[in-house]
Amino acid sequence: MKHRVSTSILLVFLMTSLALGQAKKWTPPRMADGHPDLQGFWTNNTYTPLERPRNVSKEFYTREEALELEKKAAVEESEQTLPGTVADVHYDFTQFSLDRNQSAHAVNLRTSLIVDPADGKLPPLTAEGQKRAAERAEVAKHVGRWDSAQSNDLDDRCIIFQGAGPPMLPQGYNSNYQIVQTPGYVMILFEMAHDTRIIPMDGRPHVARNIQQWTGDSRGHWEGDTLVIETTNFNGKNPLRGSSENLRVVERFTRVDAETIQYKFTVEDESTWTRPWTGEIPLRKTIGPLFEHACHEGNYGLYNTLVGARLEEKKAAEEASKKGGK
Amino acid sequence: MQDSSNFKISSLDSMRNLSLCACTLVTLFFCAATAHAQTYRAPRTADGKPNLGGIWQALNEAYWNIEGHAAAPGRVLALGAADAVAPGLGVVEGGAIPYLPEAAAKKKENFENRLTLDPEIKCYLPGVPRATYMPQPFQIIQSAKHIMIIHQYAAAVRTIYMDNQTEAPADSWMGWSNGRWEGETLVVDTTGFNDKTWFDRAGNFHSDALHVVERFTAADADHLNYEVTIEDPKVFSRPWKMSMPLYRRKEKNAQILEFRCVEFVEELIYGHLKKQTSK
Repeated sequence: MKHRVSTSILLVFLMTSLALGQAKKWTPPRMADGHPDLQGFWTNNTYTPLERPRNVSKEFYTREEALELEKKAAVEESEQTLPGTVADVHYDFTQFSLDRNQSAHAVNLRTSLIVDPADGKLPPLTAEGQKRAAERAEVAKHVGRWDSAQSNDLDDRCIIFQGAGPPMLPQGYNSNYQIVQTPGYVMILFEMAHDTRIIPMDGRPHVARNIQQWTGDSRGHWEGDTLVIETTNFNGKNPLRGSSENLRVVERFTRVDAETIQYKFTVEDESTWTRPWTGEIPLRKTIGPLFEHACHEGNYGLYNTLVGARLEEKKAAEEASKKGGK
Repeated sequence: MQDSSNFKISSLDSMRNLSLCACTLVTLFFCAATAHAQTYRAPRTADGKPNLGGIWQALNEAYWNIEGHAAAPGRVLALGAADAVAPGLGVVEGGAIPYLPEAAAKKKENFENRLTLDPEIKCYLPGVPRATYMPQPFQIIQSAKHIMIIHQYAAAVRTIYMDNQTEAPADSWMGWSNGRWEGETLVVDTTGFNDKTWFDRAGNFHSDALHVVERFTAADADHLNYEVTIEDPKVFSRPWKMSMPLYRRKEKNAQILEFRCVEFVEELIYGHLKKQTSK
């Protein structure tokens, strides 16, 4: 009996180590220079929020829970497109397969994209970060979203989308990326507004500190089989959850199986947070090609909403003067 | 079999033969020189294809006007000499673009209204081949399956499909490009354009029937020969060509920077729709 138990334990142990061994043994396809081949079409489409929801305390859902939450979210997304509803005027997400549910996405059991701090939440703001947040909130009080093109959101203005990154956060739809690798460069094309990152891999220094850009200035290198990209020189005009131009982002891309790149990013900004924070998103293989998203060229939405806002003001002013006249 | 009598040649024949020989030698020499120029062998990528990777830029005045043109006043009075048209010899082979009569009239209209109609002014995607000779650099990132051309201007980007080639799924600003290698030359066949882009600031234009074939050939380590054939039966009476060298940006650590110009044109496009501040 005792012998049989130990045999079965040994068997389980063997099977486990076999499974572990298999998981570890998966070797990525390689480029001619020996580095892992990350090329192809990928998506970071996900239902997992950046921060852990208030009512959730655990790090992972069970598979059943995760699928149930996705189902619920998919229903919610489809509801906004019921014919005849006001939401229907904007986009019919489901008709154009823009809802996340109809696109490829990795089932992520994590309850938040943030893995550090352990509570899945952004770290506390520094005094400077709080001050900046308060100032931004104050400005926002006096500026209406539809007052001018410039007062609208950056993505509605087709200037930049959060998926452009870094860090490249899920966009909601069109969260598609194309990676092309050459010995000296890695290129990441983000479908939304055809935002392209060209990352030099030759160890050159960053551009001068005064050259600040929306997506910063990126430099890459390999740490074993992991592509590491470090980005500085942000212009601070596209704050990441309140970040400043002192933002520094380190991204890590590791192919973990044929279908997945594990994308991990660490965000540092001493002017904003009391400590760095780290997030993790699986990039799942998807079907190409990407299409031209000529966002600005076809931005009737911005034009029409501005026209609409001015018409409403005019109407309100006319009604007010009528009342005043009586 | 050769008859030995063939070798008994008269002195006159011998003279002629000598000069023929000399001619042949000269020809051979020239042939060799030309052949050398045409068959510069570019360094290879891992898959054995000519490596055209790098940061390139046209160095001419085609962005003002692809046809030969003298210097001229600019479009914006306040900008004085800074906006004046830089003169250029032109990049159109044969000099003039063979417009159909109606199209020639539209080109004239475009020119007259260029300050409001030129898509560049609104930061719209520049189209092809205009993107290539904008006065800003572009980078070629070359893999076996996809050759990417990434322009600094407006972050315009093209994917050239070297495999899985399909027809254009829809019209677009930068077109749909399929590529192939012909020896040392990358041949890019692009269709699926909309009719909204121009060739330059002078109003030279095309329709949605545009078909562009570009040929990129390394002339030496730092130059590409760039040849373009333009076909558009709705606008031109026959296909025509333009050609120019492209130059490698040699600055140490040269890199494509952001020229996210949407921000710079919002006031121009939407300024009149701003909320009027009360009193």
